[in-house]
Amino acid sequence: MFLVSVQEAAFDSGALLAQLGGEGVGGIASFIGLVRQNASGDLAALRLEHYPGMTEAALTRLLDEARARWDLAGGIVIHRFGRLAVGAPIVFVATASAHRAAALESTAFLIDCLKTGAPFWKAEERLGGETAWVEARAADEAAAASWHNRAKNLPQGKGRL
Amino acid sequence: MQVLYFAWLRERIGKSAEELELPPGITTPAGLIAWLRTRGPGYEAAFIEEARIRCAIDQEFQPLDAKLDGAKEIAFFPPMTGG
Repeated sequence: MFLVSVQEAAFDSGALLAQLGGEGVGGIASFIGLVRQNASGDLAALRLEHYPGMTEAALTRLLDEARARWDLAGGIVIHRFGRLAVGAPIVFVATASAHRAAALESTAFLIDCLKTGAPFWKAEERLGGETAWVEARAADEAAAASWHNRAKNLPQGKGRL
Repeated sequence: MQVLYFAWLRERIGKSAEELELPPGITTPAGLIAWLRTRGPGYEAAFIEEARIRCAIDQEFQPLDAKLDGAKEIAFFPPMTGG
């Protein structure tokens, strides 16, 4: 099964992973992103804004790109929006495949690319009450770009992971 | 056309969306930005650093020099910070 969801509600990682199992599936890889405390320790929550209508389409396109590059039996991308307290899960990515390389690599691809390729914007809500927009990081842009510079559809498992 | 603003552009402009008639002679998002900047200090503050502005035309990411012809919706926003 393939699923994309943009939602305010929390997700149940265990239930989602269970949905990716199946006869031809040899492995499921997943990534869960959480709201991390900042360096100064004064983060109360993140506020995530998105572009309703476009966000799901952008995530669906990324999942389609992953399916074109790897042989996947299933894939799930869930991204939350709204106010998310420190420690709360923000994003869930999981893919299922016959072999581990495709699942592990496509999961890394999806999380790298959705950070800068889907219309979400984070603001930090500090303990003092003030808010500040999170700046895009050059390292995130570079991680996404590196996937697009790699040759597509390399033979499965050859020189990878 | 419907013009949308997100994140700090929305805050500086003071609204999330507006319906605008595309002024004659404006054919690209960059041209629209130059015109919007003349509409008041909020717009000027929002668009002052063009290198930090991204856009989508009819919900597709596009460069600022893309063609606007026939566009129904254009969105301006900062670099994205999801994940």
